[in-house]
Amino acid sequence: MLAFLLRRLVSLIVTVWLASIVVFTVLQLVPGDPALLMLGIDAQPDTLAALRSQMGLDRPILTRYLHWAGGLARGDLGVSLTYARPVADLVAERLAVTLPLSLLSLVLSTVLALPLGLLAAARRGRGSDWAVLGFAQLGVSMPSFWIAILLILLFSLTLHWFPAGGFPGWSAGIGPALQALLLPALALAIPEAAILARVTRTAVLDTLGEDHIRTARAKGVGRMAVLLRHALPNALIPVATVLGLQISFLVAGAVVVENVFTLPGLGRLLYQAIGQRDLIVVQGVVVLLALFVVLVNALVDIACALADPRPPASGNGGAS
Amino acid sequence: MTTAKQRFTLAAFAVLALAAASQAALAQPRTDLVVGMALEPPHLDPTAGAAGAIKEVTYANLFEPLLRVDADGKLVPGLAERWSVSDDGLTYRFALRPNAKFHDGTTADSADVKFTLDRARAAESVNAQKAYFAPIAKVETPDPQTAVVTLSRPDGLFLFHMASGDAAIVAPESAATNKQKPVGTGPFKFDRWVAGDRVVLVRNPDYDGAKPKIDRVTFRFISDPAAQVAALKAGDIDAFTLFSTYEALPEFRNDPAFTVMVGSTEGETLLSTNNARKPFDDVRVRRAMAHAIDRQTLIEGVLYGNGVAIGSHFPPHREGYVDLTGMYPYDPARAKALLAEAGYPNGFDTTLRLPPPPYARRGGELVAAMLAEVGIRAKIEPVEWAAWLEKTFKGKDYDLTMIAHTEPLDIDIYARPDYYFNYRSERFNALNEELNRTQDPAKRNALYGEEQKVLAEDAVNGFLFMLPSVTVQKAGLTGMWVNRPVQANDVTGVSWK
Repeated sequence: MLAFLLRRLVSLIVTVWLASIVVFTVLQLVPGDPALLMLGIDAQPDTLAALRSQMGLDRPILTRYLHWAGGLARGDLGVSLTYARPVADLVAERLAVTLPLSLLSLVLSTVLALPLGLLAAARRGRGSDWAVLGFAQLGVSMPSFWIAILLILLFSLTLHWFPAGGFPGWSAGIGPALQALLLPALALAIPEAAILARVTRTAVLDTLGEDHIRTARAKGVGRMAVLLRHALPNALIPVATVLGLQISFLVAGAVVVENVFTLPGLGRLLYQAIGQRDLIVVQGVVVLLALFVVLVNALVDIACALADPRPPASGNGGAS
Repeated sequence: MTTAKQRFTLAAFAVLALAAASQAALAQPRTDLVVGMALEPPHLDPTAGAAGAIKEVTYANLFEPLLRVDADGKLVPGLAERWSVSDDGLTYRFALRPNAKFHDGTTADSADVKFTLDRARAAESVNAQKAYFAPIAKVETPDPQTAVVTLSRPDGLFLFHMASGDAAIVAPESAATNKQKPVGTGPFKFDRWVAGDRVVLVRNPDYDGAKPKIDRVTFRFISDPAAQVAALKAGDIDAFTLFSTYEALPEFRNDPAFTVMVGSTEGETLLSTNNARKPFDDVRVRRAMAHAIDRQTLIEGVLYGNGVAIGSHFPPHREGYVDLTGMYPYDPARAKALLAEAGYPNGFDTTLRLPPPPYARRGGELVAAMLAEVGIRAKIEPVEWAAWLEKTFKGKDYDLTMIAHTEPLDIDIYARPDYYFNYRSERFNALNEELNRTQDPAKRNALYGEEQKVLAEDAVNGFLFMLPSVTVQKAGLTGMWVNRPVQANDVTGVSWK
């Protein structure tokens, strides 16, 4: 297990370092000057030069990379060129929206998907199975931004229960903040729940056909008990794997839904920063996202290794 | 029985009391305001950035320049309550409001004026309109309430420039942190900024002038057109300014809960043309293009009819405007003849580069189709802002592009030798110099007229239309600006009925 973790750590660091080089290089190649964007179409050459030197853009490329990467290694993400604030603060502020949003939709989708999947598996071929499959088909086919628009139409414009977008900030209180996050979280959760419900159904059905289930049933364990105690734990491995993959998608999907609901999340920060050529912010956010994806994948692998009820294979210290 | 009756009476009484309370609440007009804007300001220091959104939040509300521009485009007192100009047009004397204070409690006096102007014209200045301050030779402070500015050369627009957000008076104590925590002298002060979502300003109780009726104004930033419409319809915002989802306007016009106001910005929308590049260096080609463009169709297609055609680089709502829209009537046959005369009987291939705003993307398609009618085959190249600024504006590497020039009274850009139009005219430059020496309003207006004629005769750019200022607001709200004589959302005169 230790060797497995070490290998994971090394690949994690290398991946993030490579990501830092790629994002830095790509941003150097894209046309656009953050100083010019700040000063607009009446910019005087001397003002432009003054701002460029203030932003540190007049230094050679390698110096700038080393300066930024050095800070990164120390955990310092630098200072935004346009907002003139530390990138870490900006990111923390935006994560305070994106993380709760992703978590909420993760919880919502799991809470929706597991019972539905179990129900469909238990009642395979019957009406409720078809209903769940129908929901799953519909949920997978509808992109979350479209669901978002439908939710706004119903709950904001017709019923006036929720605001049509925006985020009052956590300082406005938990209630209003959660109210602002609920519709977007639901819009994100529905397609995820559809996928998860299908995966859960298939995984449970697969395990139901296995020998140890038949043995348990033969020993007189009830249908429900078999389902919950024997089938579900085994089925959870593929479900957890898919869930792990979906977390990255949730963050990506959050970018789109954040735009529809005008939520100040990480996705919109990245989007705006690219438009304004706020190189320091773009670089910082991309590296953090890379780190996040790599970390989640590693955690899912570890979780699967731990959740596997079979005894660990001897010799190589576990699957990788 | 009695208890039930009592309970009923109590409940009835409670309902009545509630109704009365809500009646009272209804009778009291609202004192807060939520304004929607498409773009979020990158920071809140108007003296250090060109983004219009900075001024749309701060101008006149939070920061005050020496003078202000009002809703009609006139100069009115700002931090200076009076001012005078010497006969030679070189010495400006500003008398400041005696009790003016910054929001942090420090006094706002002539030392702050000197600091502001000297900072804006210094070598390390990052003011987006540094040219406004270039004529200043020195700033003196004979007493705390008086600032005397001496120019090295006459500048007919000096007062107008001193009324821009770029000339907002800032204090040495807070100048460095204004980007995040703006400290001005205006009737509203900064409350908080939920980055990516809103900026909140509250009424400044210590303001020494007339206090606004609104005690709290929230600026919300919504870039997605569908989300803008939804936020208005859901009642989340009270007014959306510079609304550009023109196709949604009939819906709001038909809804008695909303009022739609259509005015004008200062944005002359141009088919900017590289006058140095073949074949556009030939005035016959440029005139042919002018004849090839049907402005009315363009205004219908791009602005759904909410716009005014222009024939030169000057807004119709300003004094000094000359109507030159008839100089090149829409006439494809005439355009083809001119092209043939210039040596292009079969037209030519060119590139039309389009920045992101909808008026450019949508308008560019229409312009390209109109040009194709007369044989000019324009390939459309959509680019984002950063790339547009880099290649087109700074690099001057382009054939044609479409862009609104939103700075007020900016006809002098045609006199700049290195501007991206690559236009050079001795005649125009002479007029511009004379304009700078002239103080008399009537004479200035006549000179503006001459300048407009020169630009139209030379058909420097395709002069298309004024970008409209559309405000969609809740019925019952009064005092929002109809026009945008400067980039501002001045809410100091706003109230609820």
